[in-house]
Order: sequence, then C-alpha cells, then structure tokens
Amino acid sequence: MDEIAALIEPQIPALRRYAVALLRDREAADDLVQDTLERALSGWSGRRRDGDLRAWLFTIERNLFLGTVRRRGRRGVDLGAEALEQVPDPGADPETAMGARDVLTGLDALPEEQRSVLLLVAVEDLSYAEAAQVLGVPLGTVMSRLSRARERMRSFLETGRTGLLRRVK
Amino acid sequence: MSGDPRPVGEDDLHGLIDGRLEPERQALVEAWLRGNPARAAEVSADRALRERLRARLAPIAEEAIPARLRVANIRSRHRPITGRWLPVAAAAVLCLAVGGAAGWFGHAVRQVPTVTLARTEPATDDAVAAFRTYVVEAVHPVEVRADEKPHLVTWLSKRLGRAVTTPDLTAYGFRLMGGRLLPAGSESAAMLMYDDDHGTRLTLYSRVGDADGRTVFRFAREGDVAAFSWVDGGMSYVVTGRTDEARLLTVAQAVDAQVRGLPVPPRQP
Repeated sequence: MDEIAALIEPQIPALRRYAVALLRDREAADDLVQDTLERALSGWSGRRRDGDLRAWLFTIERNLFLGTVRRRGRRGVDLGAEALEQVPDPGADPETAMGARDVLTGLDALPEEQRSVLLLVAVEDLSYAEAAQVLGVPLGTVMSRLSRARERMRSFLETGRTGLLRRVK
Repeated sequence: MSGDPRPVGEDDLHGLIDGRLEPERQALVEAWLRGNPARAAEVSADRALRERLRARLAPIAEEAIPARLRVANIRSRHRPITGRWLPVAAAAVLCLAVGGAAGWFGHAVRQVPTVTLARTEPATDDAVAAFRTYVVEAVHPVEVRADEKPHLVTWLSKRLGRAVTTPDLTAYGFRLMGGRLLPAGSESAAMLMYDDDHGTRLTLYSRVGDADGRTVFRFAREGDVAAFSWVDGGMSYVVTGRTDEARLLTVAQAVDAQVRGLPVPPRQP
C-alpha cells in the first residue's frame, strides 16, 4: 500500500461519520467523502507538511459541504426534516434507535457552526485547537459555540422541542 | 493543596465534559461543581448527551468502507477538469471579475461544489479592489488594448517573470478588452479585462503566488462582488465578479483549463 493511502484511509471511517451527521443521507454522505478524498489527493503536494492531516481532511470536507448546501439552498431544496427520514438507523435495537433519533433531530436543529463544533469535539475527538482550525475561527469562538450548542441540546432533550418549527417524528 | 489559582471557567467545564483536563485541574473543577448543583446537573446532562451522540454515530465508523472510497480506486478514476470538481489550477493569480450582471441568468452548474472560506486570500482582496477601481472606468479601463495583444502578453509576462496568457472566453460571450499592470507588494500583478454584449465586465488578475503546489478552488464574496481563487505551480488566481457564482465558476473553469493548456470544458447547459 502506498504511503498516501496508508495515511488517508485510516481517516475514512471518521470522515464518513461526520458526513452522515451533516447530511443525514448515506449515499450523499459517501459522495461527500469521495469528493473530499479526491480534493485531498489533488491537493496533497500543497498541504502543509507539519499540518494536522485529520484536521486538514475535516476542513476540506466541511468546506465542500458548505458549498453544496449553499447551491442547494439557491434552488430551494430543503436539507432539513425531509432528509432526516432517509437515514436508516445502523443500530439494530429499536429502543436505541428511538433514543438516538432524538439526539440527531436535536442536532439537526442547531445552526451548522454549532452542529459542526459539537460533532468535531464530542464525536470526532478533535482538540479544541483542531476544531478552531477546521472552522477557521479563534479558540474562544469554539468554546462559545460549544456552550451554545450544548445549551440548546440540553433544552431539546429536556423538552423535546428544537426551538425551530420542524417536523419532529 | 493545588496551587492553581485560576477560577473555574466555561472552558474548564467543556474540558471536564470532554475528558480533556489534567487530573489536578479536574479535581478542582469537580470540587467547584459540588458547590454549584445547578451547574453540576447541566454538566451531567452534557456528558450524557455526549455519550448518546457518540453511541448513535459509532456504528457508521465501524462499517466496512465502500470500495469506491479506497484511495487506489479514487486515484484510478481521477477525473479530468470537466469532472464534478474543478481541480485546482495553475500559474499567476488570475482574477476574473464580472461587472454588471445585466440580462444574465445563472447557468446551472450542477455538480461543481465550491469551497467557501471564512477569510479571503490577500490576492483575492487585491483583485477585488482592482476590480472595483477599474471596472467602472469608462475612458481608460485598460492600459493596453486587445488590438495590441502580442505586445500586452509580452509586456505582462516580462514584468511578472512568468508567462501570462489571455484566455479566449468568446465561447462564453466575453471578449478581451485589454489589460494593465498593477502593483502587488514588491511584485507586479497582471489584470485582464473582458466584456460581453451586455456591457458586463470581467477582470482577470494574476500574480506570483505565495505557495507551491496546488490549492483548492476558493469562493469569496465581498458585498456584491464574488470571486474564485486558486493557486497552482507557484502562481495564484482569483475570479471575482458582480454575478452569480455559477456563471463566474463556468468562466473560471475555462480560464483554468486554458492556462493549464487543457481542453476547454464544455459550457454547462
């Protein structure tokens, strides 16, 4: 196996997980990951040698996601509750599935910047500094977004309301 | 006793929830929480949420990855410039600025995601500033007119120390008006201007870039002006304009292809 593949492929499971959490659609998520990998390969020689590979890949992925959302938004395609229903729950246990869908529904109601910071820190285990790099914001902003994200998620889990007018099953 | 005099902050609470605190600091924060039961309950809820989220998403990362995501497979499929992605491009900062969107519809560019950056590149800032200055110029929009194209190309190439080309954009409705030399720090930048039958103007700005290799294609917007930029082979390029980004991207793709000597991508329907 070549060196680049040996470095990149171990990151693919996490890139897929983040993509699914953002897009709520397995096929679209793998498209996003594929595009991310293509972009990473074509930009490989230009990346910073001392940079953090994982943060670099997440940065590419998120930027591509934002570009996609903006174009879909212009055409009026909703990425919200409709897309949510397309997500097959990978867990076999229906009890778990019910509880888990609640969490993702709450997550979906967050602004993207809060959703991403929570996913990158709490699920992908990026350091706060790495998350700041991916989001292109100072460390303090990461902390304040994390606070807002956690506050809204607490409120959602307590009341079942996302604070937005969304169809919640 | 701990010698750490810093009061407990929000960052400590996140650190505790995410398990990122040093043992000593963690003990201090936990002690503080015992005196703040309301905040302790929130931290406890945040920890529970963290675990639920991780558990919910964990199975995805445990799946076998699809074969199409193997690096070797992606490499073998590597698409030419007409593919879904606009690959990162080539030599000199080319800034294409489109002025006045009169009578234009955006051409749907369906499968060409763009990359958004929170901050713009210095080259983009300079290119947008040059666009704003010269696109409104009625009398002297360019220094050397297109009817002296050989002279224009020779002059700009000499001053930049790199080959400057004048991409042919007639397939997209744009004709070369001419170009001018601009200061860019201690270096020089080249700006080409195009217009169409509606009077819409584009400027294409190029200069020696800050980095080697290639970067991703970047989109930036400043007020009513949009720009695409990229770096390749030691040169940076930016595309800017008062137009929708789909049309701007189509033109930028053509510029990218021509600068790199590739076949021009078909015009998007």
